[in-house]
Amino acid sequence: MAIDASRGFSQLGGTEDPPELVQLLTPEGERVEHPDYDIELTPDEIRGLYRDLVLVRRVDLEAVALQRQGELGIWASLLGQEAAQIGSGRAMTDADMAFPTYREHGVAWCRDVDPVKLLGLFRGVNHGGWNPAEHNFHLYTIVIGSQTLHAVGYAMGIQRDSAEAAALVYFGDGATSQGDVNESFIWASVFNAPVVFFCQNNQWAISEPLEKQSRIPLYRRASGFGFPGIRVDGNDVFACLAVTRKALDDARSGQGPTLIEAFTYRMGAHTTSDDPTRYRVAGELEAWKLKDPIERVKAYMFKNQLADQEFFDAIDTEADQLGRDVRKRCLAMPDPGPLAIFDHVYAERHALMDEEREQFAAYLATFEGADGS
Amino acid sequence: MTTLALAKAINEGLRKAMEDDPKVLVMGEDVGKLGGVFRVTDGLQKDFGELRVIDTPLAESGIIGTAIGLALRGYRPVCEIQFDGFVFPAADQIITQLAKMPMRSLGELKLPVVIRIPCGGGIGAVEHHSESPEAYFTHTSGLRVVACSNPADGYSMIQQAIRCDDPVIFFEPKRRYWEKAEVDTAGADWYPFDAAKIVRPGTDLTLIAYGPMVKTCLEAATAAEEDGRSVEVVDLRSLNPLDSALVMESVKRTGRCAVVHEAPVFSGYGAELAARITETCFYRLEAPVLRVGGFSTPYPPSRLEDHYLPDLDRVLDAVDRSFTF
Ligand SMILES: Cc1ncc(C[n+]2csc(CCOP(=O)(O)OP(=O)(O)O)c2C)c(N)n1
Ligand SMILES: [Mg+2]
Repeated sequence: MAIDASRGFSQLGGTEDPPELVQLLTPEGERVEHPDYDIELTPDEIRGLYRDLVLVRRVDLEAVALQRQGELGIWASLLGQEAAQIGSGRAMTDADMAFPTYREHGVAWCRDVDPVKLLGLFRGVNHGGWNPAEHNFHLYTIVIGSQTLHAVGYAMGIQRDSAEAAALVYFGDGATSQGDVNESFIWASVFNAPVVFFCQNNQWAISEPLEKQSRIPLYRRASGFGFPGIRVDGNDVFACLAVTRKALDDARSGQGPTLIEAFTYRMGAHTTSDDPTRYRVAGELEAWKLKDPIERVKAYMFKNQLADQEFFDAIDTEADQLGRDVRKRCLAMPDPGPLAIFDHVYAERHALMDEEREQFAAYLATFEGADGS
Repeated sequence: MTTLALAKAINEGLRKAMEDDPKVLVMGEDVGKLGGVFRVTDGLQKDFGELRVIDTPLAESGIIGTAIGLALRGYRPVCEIQFDGFVFPAADQIITQLAKMPMRSLGELKLPVVIRIPCGGGIGAVEHHSESPEAYFTHTSGLRVVACSNPADGYSMIQQAIRCDDPVIFFEPKRRYWEKAEVDTAGADWYPFDAAKIVRPGTDLTLIAYGPMVKTCLEAATAAEEDGRSVEVVDLRSLNPLDSALVMESVKRTGRCAVVHEAPVFSGYGAELAARITETCFYRLEAPVLRVGGFSTPYPPSRLEDHYLPDLDRVLDAVDRSFTF
C-alpha cells in the first residue's frame, strides 16, 4: 500500500463530533449556561470588559497605522483575539504572573502596562520596555515557545514559596510543535506546577494552517501529559474569563496545570510584513467576522439594557483619545544614544564593555564638528 | 545571462537542483504556499508538489532531525531556517548529530543536508532577526560553512552545496536579497563554492569579508582609491574550509589586512583569520591584522543597528589605522 504523506486533517476522525467548546455568550449576544463554568458578572464588570475590548482594539489599530507610516518597524496585530486576551488577562490576580508572546497587547493592558511601552520593541528603540516585576507581566518573547518553560520554572518557585499565585503562559497554535512547549508540559505535570497554559489557537502560524501542527484538537494534547485540557470559545470574553479563572484557582490550590485552548482567529496578517492573500481564502475571514468578540458583548449589553448609546459613544470617544495619545507619545519616543548599545549587557562592570564603549566613543568623537555639531 | 535579485537567484538554483535530482527536497516553516518569508522558495511547491517541498511543523530541532533521517534514506534535504536567531533550537541536532554522524560511521554514512540561513542585520527587524551566528558553526567540525554575497554566487553555490556529500550551512545575507546582478543560468562552469575570490584587486591592503560585508568592503575600496590607496577585496565565500592559499597570497602581497564581519569581534571568525594570517605572513606584515565587526553585545534595537554594523566609515577607519603602523 502506498503511503499518502499528503493526507490531511479532513480525512481523519470523520466519525467524531467536533469537540465541545465552552461558550457563555453566543456570537448573537445570547447568554448560555454551561454546567461546569458559570460566571456571575455585575453590570459594572461587563461594562469594564467591553471598555477593555474596545480600547485594546483601538491601540492595535493605531499601532498598525503607525507601522504603515514608518513609525514602527513591524507590528503583530491582535485583531480578533481581544476576548481571549482580555478574558484571560482579567482572570489573573495581582500576584499571578503572565508570560506573553509578542501578540499579547490585550493582556499587557490588563496588567497596566502603558500601551506606548509596547511600541518600543516594534519601533526599534529597545528590546522590552517595561519592568516585568512591576506589572507581573514578563517581557515579550519572540522565539516561539521559549517562555513556556520560564513560566513553569516560575511556577515551581511559587510552589516552593507556598505563595497564593499561579503563572499564566501564552502561546500560539504553531508553538505547540516546539520541543520547549512539550517539555514545559512534562515539567508542569511531573512537578504539579501552578501554571496555566493558554494557547490562542488563531488557526494560523504565519502561512501554515493548524493541520500542519496537529491532527487532534490541541486541548486534547494535555491528557497525554497527564493534566486537563479544555477548549473555550476564544471570541467569548465571558467564557475565557470563567475558564481561565477556574484553571488559575485550581493551580493556586495545588491541583496542578491546565491547558486552555482558546479557539479564535487571526483576523489580520501575521504581522505588518505579511501578505495573507498568498495563502488563505477570504471566505474564512468573512465567516469569522460574524463571531466578532466585541459585537457580541455589545449586543448582549443592548438587549439587557446594561448600557445606552451614550455609554457606547463615550467609550468610542475615550478610544479615540487613547489612540491619539498613543500616537503622540510614540512619535515623541526618543532614539537611544549610540553608547546605549553597551548598557545592561552584564549586571556588573565588565572590562570588554568598558573597552569597546570607550573605543566607540572616541571613534564617534572623530565625526564631531565635521557636520557642524 | 539574466538579471536576478539574490533571493530569486537562489530560488532558481534550488529549482535547477530539484529538476536535476529527484532526491532533492526543500523543507522548513512557510516554504510552501507562502514561498518562505523572503520568497526564496517561491513557486517550488506548486511545481514540485508537497512531497518534495514540505511545510514543516514549527520546530527547528524537528526540521534538522528529520532531515538527517531523510538523508539516511538517500534524500538531499535543503532546510530553511526562517531567521538566523531561530537556528538555536536546532543546535543540538546540528552539532551533536549532523556534524558527527558521518565520521562515527567511519565514512559509511553521508549526510548531504543543506541548512539555509538568512543572516545578518540591516533590515530594521526586531530582535533575533539580525544575527550572525557563523562562528558557532565554523567551530563545529564536520560542517561546511559558506556564505554567498551576490546573485551569481547564490545561484551556483546553492547547487554546489546541494551536490556536496557533506552537511553545509549556507548563509544568505538577507539585506542583499533584493540586490540585482547578472547571473549565468545557462553554463555550469561554476567557480568552486569552497574557494575564495579576489573581487577587486589592489596592492596596498587586503580587506577580507563574506556575505553582506563584501559589498560594504567594495564600496570602501572605491572610497579609499580617492585617497590614493589601492585596496584589494577578498570574498571568502567559504568559511570552512578556508581558502588559505588565496588569503595568504593576497596578504603577503599587500602587507596589510583587515577582516570585516557583522558578528561580534570578540571570539568571532575574524579572530581565526587574524591568528592564521599572523602565523603565516608574519614577516610580510606591515601592520597587525585588524578586525572590524559588531560590538561584543547582543544585537541592538534596530534604531541603533547602523551604529552596530560595520559601515563604509568604520572600514575606512580600519584602513587608516593600518597605515599608521
Ligand atoms: C523558534 C522560532 N522559529 C520561527 C520563528 C518565526 N515565527 C514567528 S511567528 C511564527 C508563527 C507562530 O505561530 P503561532 O505559534 O500560531 O502564533 P501566532 O503568531 O499565530 O500568534 C513563526 C514561525 C520564531 N519566532 N521562533
Ligand atoms: Mg497561530
